[in-house]
Amino acid sequence: MNNKLRGTLISILTWVLVLLFFFPVFWMFINGFKPESLASSVNPKIFFTPVTDGYRLAMDRGMAGYLQNSLTAAVTATVISVVLAIPAAYALSIRRVKNVEGSLSFFISTRFMPLAAVVLPLFMILKTIGLLDNIYMLAIVYGAVNLPVTVWMMRSFLLEVPFEIIEASRVDGAGLFREIVRIVLPLVMPGIAAAALISFIFAWNEYFLSLLLTSSAARTTPPFLASFVDGRGQFLAVLSAAATIAALPVIIAGWVAQKQLVRGLSMGAIK
Amino acid sequence: MITPFLVMPAAAALIWKFSMFDTNIGMVNWLFRTLGLDSVSWSTDHPLASVVIVLTWQFTPFMMLILLAGLQGQSKESLEAAQVDGAGPWRTFTWITLPHLRMYIEIGVLLGSVIILQVFDPIAILTKGTGGTKTLAYLLYERAFIGLDVGQAAAYGVVTVVLTIIVATVALKTLFKVFMAGGSR
Repeated sequence: MNNKLRGTLISILTWVLVLLFFFPVFWMFINGFKPESLASSVNPKIFFTPVTDGYRLAMDRGMAGYLQNSLTAAVTATVISVVLAIPAAYALSIRRVKNVEGSLSFFISTRFMPLAAVVLPLFMILKTIGLLDNIYMLAIVYGAVNLPVTVWMMRSFLLEVPFEIIEASRVDGAGLFREIVRIVLPLVMPGIAAAALISFIFAWNEYFLSLLLTSSAARTTPPFLASFVDGRGQFLAVLSAAATIAALPVIIAGWVAQKQLVRGLSMGAIK
Repeated sequence: MITPFLVMPAAAALIWKFSMFDTNIGMVNWLFRTLGLDSVSWSTDHPLASVVIVLTWQFTPFMMLILLAGLQGQSKESLEAAQVDGAGPWRTFTWITLPHLRMYIEIGVLLGSVIILQVFDPIAILTKGTGGTKTLAYLLYERAFIGLDVGQAAAYGVVTVVLTIIVATVALKTLFKVFMAGGSR
């Protein structure tokens, strides 16, 4: 009996914590559907007639363009980093190069480097060659930033491919290219998905580089959202609506692929 | 539960700033008023606390996911064996589960600190670097792009690189120990 009571208490506590953590997101979602006067009222209202004013206003501010930029940057960066990571990971796992550990350290040490340290030279270079405010340039930068993590992840997946299969394909006379495309890649599809997901999430959510390397034409969603900080008057409903739109794709992707996400976040350390 | 970690950090910081921490319309202050306390202007009066709260909110799910993966990988046999040997729940936890989780805790702390050290978004949005919340990233941004003192900012950049090399050397040692223990070939 005592045990049962304790069990109930623990579940209640867990649920309270979960709700506490989820509340800001829930509140953002709710506020997006309120008329501005209600969203900014001093006493919070739970019951109201939902309106889509917030979403319409957010779109009026040209949000679609920023979303499109974000999408372009995120997709291009993902493609770049995954396509480059596969051969790199292959050389670090199946057909080993010399000094694997050294190469891995080198790769990951670039990820330990705060972006702040590289942003200044990057800014100068891009300014000189006239590629500031270019969405594809931003995508290349994102791809490069993601690359170490994707290489590490892909390697951890490639290590799991049974060597017998690869050997059998070699005996059957498959060349290097065929071996990778026909044998290895289909086996590590979940790994590629995980790497792509992480890469996409990073590029979609990235604020710092986008703020500094773009100004108008190539601006992505996060700096657009941050521009609400300087807004005057009541803007909580618009802000909530815009934030909901911006956050939703990643939230959904994360929910669907939670298991891959864990492995990706730990760079392949956790299976 | 993992949602806070997935929400765009810039969006999260904005939502916290305006719909949670705001003096008039923030939910935290509504709660305070309901409980009969004075409202607090979080992001101006307690900037460091605000940043810590938001970052904690963001990264708890991340740590939880990693530890959860560790717990799921624990074998039932060793738990049962501990029970047979007469260990209570507390002893089982401290002597069996915690040592098993050690590797996962190390990964979490390591990756978490690497990411959080570089944090920029909540600082730029919540406090603009006031009240002792200036991280190296924000300091450099401020010098170069607001103060327009590129030389000084570049110097900060060099300092950052040196510090990173020191931290990364230590971190990499741990990382390799952890990774190689976790199934290398």
